[in-house]
Parts: sequence; C-alpha cells; structure tokens
Amino acid sequence: MTKQILRRLATAIPTLIGVVIVTFLLTRVLPGDTASYFAGPAATPQAIDEVRKKLGLDRSLPAQFVSYVQGLATGDLGSSLSTGQPVVKDIETRLPASAELTLAGLILALAIAIPLGILAAVRQGSWIDHLCRVIATAGVSLPVFFSGLLLVYVFYYHLGWAPAPLGRLDAFSSAPDTVTGFYLIDSLIARDFDTFRAAAAQLVLPATTLALFALASIARMTRASMLAALASEFVRTAKASGLSPRTVIVTYAFRNALLPVVTTLGMVFSFLLGANVLVEKVFAWPGIGSYAVEALIKSDFAPVQGFVLAMAILYVMLNLLIDMLYGVIDPRVRLEA
Amino acid sequence: MSALETGTVTKTTPGFLRGASATLRHARYTFAENPVSGFAFGLFVLLILCAIVGPSLVPHNPLVSDTAAALNAPSLRHLFGTDQLGRDIFSRVVVAARLDMAIAFFSVALVFAMGGVAGIAAGFFGGWIDQVVGRVADTIMAFPLFVLAMGIVAALGNTVTNIVIATAIINFPLYARIARAEANIRRDAGFVQAARLTGNSEIRILLTQILPNIMPIMMVQMSLTMGYAILNAAGLSFIGLGVRPPTPEWGIMVAEGAAFIVSGDWWIAFFPGLALMLAVFCFNLLGDGLRDIVDPQRRT
Amino acid sequence: MQRRDFLKSAVVGTLASGTSIAAPAIWSPAKADARAETLLIVSESGPNNLDIQGVGTNVPGYEANWNCYDRLITHEMKTLSDGTQYYDRDHFKLELAEDMKIDDMSVTFKLRKDATFQDGAPVTAADVKWSLDRAVTVGGFPTFQMKAGSLEKPEQFVVVDDHTIRIDFLRKDRLTVPDLAVIVPCVINAGLVKKNAAANDPWGLEYTKQNTAGSGAYKVAKWTPDTEVVFERNETWKSGPLPKIRRIIWRMVPDAGNRRALLERGDADVSYDLPNKDFVDLRNSGKLSIISTPYSNGIQYIGMNVTKPPFDNVKVRQAVACAIPYQKIMDAVLFGLAKPMFGAAPGAPIEIAWPQPHSYNTDIAKAKQLMAEAGYPNGFETTISFDLGFAVVNEPICVLTQESLAQIGINATINKIPGANWRTELNKKVMPLYTNVFSGWLNYPEYFFYWCYDGDNSVFNTMSYQSKEMDGYIDGARKAAAIGDTAAYDQDVKDFVGLAFKDMPRVPLYQPYVNVAMQKNITGYQYWFHRRLDYRAMVKA
Repeated sequence: MTKQILRRLATAIPTLIGVVIVTFLLTRVLPGDTASYFAGPAATPQAIDEVRKKLGLDRSLPAQFVSYVQGLATGDLGSSLSTGQPVVKDIETRLPASAELTLAGLILALAIAIPLGILAAVRQGSWIDHLCRVIATAGVSLPVFFSGLLLVYVFYYHLGWAPAPLGRLDAFSSAPDTVTGFYLIDSLIARDFDTFRAAAAQLVLPATTLALFALASIARMTRASMLAALASEFVRTAKASGLSPRTVIVTYAFRNALLPVVTTLGMVFSFLLGANVLVEKVFAWPGIGSYAVEALIKSDFAPVQGFVLAMAILYVMLNLLIDMLYGVIDPRVRLEA
Repeated sequence: MSALETGTVTKTTPGFLRGASATLRHARYTFAENPVSGFAFGLFVLLILCAIVGPSLVPHNPLVSDTAAALNAPSLRHLFGTDQLGRDIFSRVVVAARLDMAIAFFSVALVFAMGGVAGIAAGFFGGWIDQVVGRVADTIMAFPLFVLAMGIVAALGNTVTNIVIATAIINFPLYARIARAEANIRRDAGFVQAARLTGNSEIRILLTQILPNIMPIMMVQMSLTMGYAILNAAGLSFIGLGVRPPTPEWGIMVAEGAAFIVSGDWWIAFFPGLALMLAVFCFNLLGDGLRDIVDPQRRT
Repeated sequence: MQRRDFLKSAVVGTLASGTSIAAPAIWSPAKADARAETLLIVSESGPNNLDIQGVGTNVPGYEANWNCYDRLITHEMKTLSDGTQYYDRDHFKLELAEDMKIDDMSVTFKLRKDATFQDGAPVTAADVKWSLDRAVTVGGFPTFQMKAGSLEKPEQFVVVDDHTIRIDFLRKDRLTVPDLAVIVPCVINAGLVKKNAAANDPWGLEYTKQNTAGSGAYKVAKWTPDTEVVFERNETWKSGPLPKIRRIIWRMVPDAGNRRALLERGDADVSYDLPNKDFVDLRNSGKLSIISTPYSNGIQYIGMNVTKPPFDNVKVRQAVACAIPYQKIMDAVLFGLAKPMFGAAPGAPIEIAWPQPHSYNTDIAKAKQLMAEAGYPNGFETTISFDLGFAVVNEPICVLTQESLAQIGINATINKIPGANWRTELNKKVMPLYTNVFSGWLNYPEYFFYWCYDGDNSVFNTMSYQSKEMDGYIDGARKAAAIGDTAAYDQDVKDFVGLAFKDMPRVPLYQPYVNVAMQKNITGYQYWFHRRLDYRAMVKA
C-alpha cells in the first residue's frame, strides 16, 4: 500500500511542476499592469516605476521565477497586494470556508442524487426513471450564479426563510475559536449552539446551489452502475434465493455499484472546488474561490499562483484518497495490487 | 437487427443506404421507447432552425435601442419585454441562438480535434506520445478549471474565439482520456491489422480506421460538452469576461439581467435563462439518447 | 400529521410577513440590543489598506482613514435647499487645531491641549510634523495630492513649540489651506508607529496598513479583508461632539441585487453602492430614505485623444459632440439621477462655475454636416473603450453612443477593459475614444482645468490636449486666485471654459449624483468632497 502511495506521489510531482510554471506564465501574460493599478489614480509614469520597483516587477521573468521558486521552497507564497497579508495566511483562513461549503454541497447532492439514481435504476424505463433524469438534468442546466440568485430572491427576499446572504455568519455572531476552520465543527467543539445554528443557516442556500449543480452527474453515474449491478449474476442469485428486495438493492447491488460512483465523486468534488467561485461571489462567501477571482481581476499574481498551487495539491491528495478508498471498497483492486 | 425485424430491405438496396436506414429505424425505435430523448431531439432541431433562419424572422432589430420603451414588461408588441435600453428581448433571444450554437459547436469541434486526435494518438502509438499527452492532460486537470478558463480569456482578450479556445482547453483532458481508452482497445483489432497488412501507414490507419470508430462514443460526450460550453460562457459573462456588447448572447443577457431580478423586472433574465436552460437541457438529454442509439450495450 | 400542520402554519406565517419589511432574523435578545446600537453598512468592496498614505490604498480605504484620524482643520457644513448637509468649501472648522492664523507666506496652528491619541498619548506638534513629512515623502497618490496644494517639502513644516506648528508656503497658492483639510494630511501617532515600524520601513507603512493609530472619533476594532471592518467609538474623542453611534459594522457584499434585498428587508442600514435604477425604485416605494447629491467638481465625459487622427480635427470632435444621445443616456442609464452637462441655451453667457453645461445637444443632421466639412463624409472606423469596473453605467453609455455614432458613419467597436488595466490604458494615452469620469477633491474650476486640460499633460489629461492659449488662461486663473484678483480670475475662467467648449477635446455628459440609501430611522448623512460616509454625525433612532 505504502509503495503504491509513494509511486502515485512521484507521478504527481511533474504535474505540480507543470502547474507552477503554467500559472506563473499565465499571470504574467495577463494584460493588466499591477504596478499601475497600485500606484493609484494619480500616478505619474515615475510613480508607477517606483511602485514597480517596490513590488519587484521590474526584474526579468526568469529572475522573478527563480525568486518565486525560492520562496516556494521555504513555504513563502508571497503577499497579496489587495489584502496586504501573506498568501499562505490568506489561504489558511479562506480554504476552510470553501471546503466547508463544497463538502456541505456535496453531501446534500449525495443525499438527493443517490436515492434518485437508485430509484431510477430500479424502475428503469418507467415515468419515474424519466422524471428522475429530468430533475437531475434541470439542476445543471442553469448557470450556477443564476440558480444562486434565484434562490436568494425566492427564499430570502420574498419568503424570508433564509438568512441574509452576508457570508458565513451574520453580522452579530462571532466566529468560534479555530480548530479545523469549519465553523460547524468548531462551534460544536466549543459547545456554542447559537453560533452553530447561525453558521448552519448561512450554509443552506449556497450549499443548495452547489448541490443542484452536482446532482446530475452523480445521479447519472449511480443509475448507470446500479443498472449494471442489478443485471449481474449475484443479484440474480440473491433475488432467486428469496431475499427481500430491500436487501437485494441495498446490501448487494448498491454496495457493488459504489465504485464508479466514488470515481465520479472525486471528479465532482474537484470540479466543484473550482466552480464555486461564482457561488462565493453571489453569497459573499469569504472563500478561496472569490479570493482568487478578485486577485485575477486585479492582476495580483501571488494569490492566483497560491490558489492554483493549493488546488493542485488538493487535487492530487484527493485522487490518492480515492485510490485508497477503492482498495477499501473493492477487494479485487487490493488483491491485484 | 432492424432490417431483419421489418424485412423491408431487399437484396438490391445498396449497402450504405441499408446501413443508414437501419440506423434510422433503430433511432426511431429508441425515441419511441424513450420519449424524453425524442423531446430532446425535437428541441435540438428547433434550436438549429432558430440559429439558421431566426435572425431573418425576428420582429425587431436586436441592436436598436429605444429608451422610451425601456424596461417594459412582456406585451403583444414585445413578446418577451424590453431591456434597459429598450431593445426587444424576444428578438435578442432568437438571434442569440446563432451565436450560442456556434460557441457550442465550435468548442466541441476544437476539443475533438485537439483532445480526440491527441488521445487516439496516445492510445494507438503509446510510448512517449502517451507520456506527453498524459502529462499535459494531468496538468490541465490539476487546475481549477473555471479559473483556468477565466485566466485564458483574461489573458487573450474577451472575444468569442477566445471563449471557444478556453472551453476547448479545459475539456481537453476528458476527451484525451476517453479517446485514449478507446484507441487502446482497438489498437490490435482485426480490422486494424488488416489495414496494416494492406500497406496503410500508421497515420492513415489512425485517421481513417480508428477515428471514425470512436466517433459514436465521442459524440455522446460532445453533446454534453456543448451544454457546458454555453454555461461556461454565461459564467464568464458574470465576471465581466463575456462577449463584447451589444452582441446578444444568452449568457451575457442572463448575467446582466440578473441584476434586475430584485427590482422586479424579471423578464430580462428569465427569457434568456429559459432559452439557455432549454438548450443545455436538450444537449444533456440528447447525449443520453445518442448513447442509446449508438451503443445499446451501454444504454443508461 | 404534525409535520403537515407545522409546514402549513410556517408557510402562512411567513407569507403574511414576507411581503412587508420584516424585522431582521434575530436569534436572541442580546443580538437585538446589539442590532439597535450598531450601524450596518454594506458595499461592494472594502478597504485594502487602512492608511491613505500607504501604497495602493483603494477608495474604501479612504473612508476608514477619514473616520479614524483627525486633521488640523476640516470644513463646516451648510444646509442645501432640500435639507441635505453639504460641506462648505469656503468655511473651515478647527479640528485638532484650536486656532489658525494665516499670514502672507505661512499659516500657524495652535493645537488643542486636551487632544490625545487613542492609546492615550497626547497629540503634539511633533506628531503633526511627522505626519505631514510622511505625506509629502512616501510618494504615490498622497504626495501627489499634497503637491496639488503646494505642500511639497518637509522644510515647510516647522515645529514652533509642543502645541504650535507653522506651515510655510512655497508660493502663493489658493489651494494650500484647503489642501490641509483633505483626507491625506491626517495626524498620526508618531510614537506608536515608530515603535512598531521595521528597520526597512521607517514610516511604518506596514503597521498602519492593518492598525489605526490616530486620534479620530472611531478606531478599527477588527478588519477581515474582503469581509468586514468593525469600527468602535473612541470614547475620549475631543475634536468634536461625541458621535451617537457606538459601533459600525461594514460588510462587503459583492452582488448589487443582494445589497438591495438586504436594505429592503431591513437587514442592512446604509448602502451607497447600488445601481441608479434601484435608488429610483427605492425612493419611489418610500420604504427607505434616499439622498442624492451632485458630485462636487466631477464630470462623466466622452474623451477623444487629440493626437490620434481623425480626432485631431476639431470639426470631427464637434461632430461627435453633436452625435451623442445625451437624453437617452440621462433616461435609460442614469434614470434621471444626474445633472445634465449638455443642452445649455446656445449663446447663453458662460458662468464663473464648474461644472457647467455646454450648448451641444443631439443633432444628427448638424453632426453629418460637420463630418462632411471635416472631410469624412463617409465616416471612419474606431474603437470606444470603457472601464469594466464601472460597467453598470459605462457599458450602456457606450452601447448607446456606438449606436448613435453609427448614424453619422463612425463605426466604433466596443472595447471592455478590466478595472485593473484601466489606469494602465489611460496612462498610455493611446485610446482614441473612451468614456471616463474625473472629479477633484478641491472644488475649484482652475483645479479641474489644470489637471484635465493643461499642457503639462498630467495623467488626467487623457486627451493629450495641448494648447498654449488654454495654458495661459489656466495659469492666469491660478495666479489671480492666489493674489485675490477677482476680476482677472473671472475673466480667465470664462476664457478657459469657453475654449474647452469650442475645442471639445472631451465632451462632458453629466455631473453624477452620489446616492445613499438608508433606513428611515437613520439620519445625519453629510455630503463630503470625498463622497464617502462620515460616521461621526450619523444617528440611529
């Protein structure tokens, strides 16, 4: 097992190097002139040059790259010009916000999509099957920012059921002491149920928006692999042996159908992490996605580079986790390795 | 199978027609079994019609402003109402169909040309080509994809061409992976060996034997990507990186109309949003339907 | 059964209350109290630096600085005819100073004896000198602004004794004293900052970026960049009456529709960052107080680069001025919330004021004739650019203008430029046609004209306009103002405005309004030249 993990990590290194280089080049190719932006509205060309020198942007590209890599080696991702903080610190505070949101959205999506997929597979060809497909597809057919805004409009503005879209907490709650960075977990650890309720309430609408987006692919995958499992020999045997339909579907068919679903899960999670930039913008969520987008619009390189690197590392870790999960779920994979 | 079923094909029917009518009959059978796919196909035809003849049939010029009639709710004169500058939304939605369908088509064409060809080359030849394509695909996959698209459009400029290029690049890994797997399976298939024996070069085999054979599988993925391309353009418009005004495009109309929802002018975002949703819906369901037609084994 | 009943009652209850302004969702009585004594402001973006003298401080940062630091002098307020409190450009109020004596070539301030910084240290003349030295030395925008009032060298600031400071003039300049009342020359706690400054940062810019070190009415209790700023009242503030509001929470909410929803549902108190349409809707619905005030010394205009043919031809520029759809812009883009800068009666005398409207109006026939006279009867191709950061206003202006220009043969493709690049592009001075807004803190016509039309070619002279005649008038006006020669001043102002309207290197469109939306129980809004909120006078009933 360990050898497998090490081997996987080894293949990930060139990917990470590629990511670092491409991001560096991409941010340098962006048309904005950071120095001009930060020199402010009244800047004369001399003032802009001063700022450029101060920011270290007057050196040649290779020189900038070398100092960037040197910084990386010591864990220094540079400073964000817009927040003024070191990028590492910004990412530390903002990554848990995005992760909490994405996980909540994913769990919600799973809770809806898997039963939908199973139902559609079990009743294949019936109107339930078609209805499930339509529902799942509808969620992904609208741009994610639009569904977010519609949800705010209906559930906050008109019905008042959801709290104000002010981010992770409303203006009068304070964040619990940081243990994991996940407000839900931290507030429970601190036994602060008011904050827990407040954080959970703020999470509902954005998580729903994300879940709508992830529904379709999870439902589709569940349906497909359930169909394959239901058609298999051992399920036929189970049915013939007189086991209750529930046992057949859940214990035999579903567990075996899990593997492809887990693969999709990994892809969906990493896709969501990148795609939730728009959800964060709509709901004023202080996550890493909105951080990167703001920085990109301002041609602020360090946060964008830091963000992409963090996401790439997360992606590699995630794939590793999924591979290990395979081993747990499917003994054949373990034995083969 | 179908020919045997209906028995309307005779010995004198030419081969390709026999094949075509067989496919058509199978298609009709599939759609009858699965009305949702049939509906999707009908919608698709409607969208193509809109794109082709729509601009010549619309009642108003989609670009002409009429500030006296700004922000009017839907009425007989303006079926979908007017926007902030008094332009007719119905005309704009219909005319936008052409641009959005173009974005969808060209995105998938480009990603197929890049990813599909790279993928089959990797799967067929293996070796260093496989390594390189694999690395490139992995590197792209490791990026948060929407941010990569944003970066590309921001760097190259916000034109339709660049939006298409960005969409193609971020879908490259998926197509490369599928194409590679398919080419790998067929690498030593009988017909490929036969082609080799008759003296075809490897490149020729790749393009004339392998590529057509993976088309059906790719087509399923391509219809899903068409929907994704339009949604991507909408997302980019929300950030300000969408197409140039005053070009009508569903995505940018939704993004700009979203600001008017709270003030009660719902029609500005609703109708483009509906058109966009129907189009993506149609592409997604079409993908499922196509899968049923081309490969009955994989029917979902 | 219970669930159904519960759902039914929940739906009925919330539907009944959902359409009116519901009370904010309160979880506990403690929070209700907190809500009553806190002012909740929402805006699109927040500060990136709490110190206006820092590198690259953005405009929201100015607001934090204004409220947390004091200056030697500030302005009195006057009441406009509609009841709005407006800063009085010509009457100063003493803030940290308790006495001001203006001599021929200097001004002497005596500081309050009881003023202390928020950490308890007394405010001394040494602190004032350190702060002013810093302002003219750090470079960038702060130094530039100080220079605008001839405050350029640390030698000008002389400590006479612990509570007296004298500022020597480099030259006679009408703007020197007003420049001391702008945001930049704030008084900083030199001791505290020097203690926390790193060796390579003698002015302590890193420290003041994150911490307020002033003597002002508020201090920043917590700042989470891009999320919120929390201000708390300085209970020992001496430079004016203690503000009524104890705590201010400023939250960043990127989506404009959500900001409006928050205001309408009562979950936010103040916002000034909404599209004009929303302000008009809110005003008409009567749910909130909307205050709209014209920008002082600010104009949105269409600029043409006079070094790029064919815009070097004055008749082409005049043709463009006749082809702009002014009224459409006023109606469809601004919803009436702006003061038109066009359509003055032709032949009416030029006033001694700025902004003032020019006499052009939309006249396509005349525009076509001018184009023909200029030698372009069939028009030409060009691009029109705008700042994406203000797309809500800029984009429809460009779309309408493009459409109108097409009627006289000018085919302009629209060029969206992201906010970060806008400054760069403007500074390069290559864009042939664009829309932009300029406003100056110092509300004097010669100030505006110096930066926008003078041959010194500052960055604000985006048209690269050069005219010896214009330079002469502007120079004359500034000199006349410095020595108090009203007759010469008035003549020069009339002359430079007249020339600007004849040459038309930029076409003024309108004077924008600053709009604020507040809950009905909030009063005390004051219009300042910097157009940001001053928390000190606000009251929440």
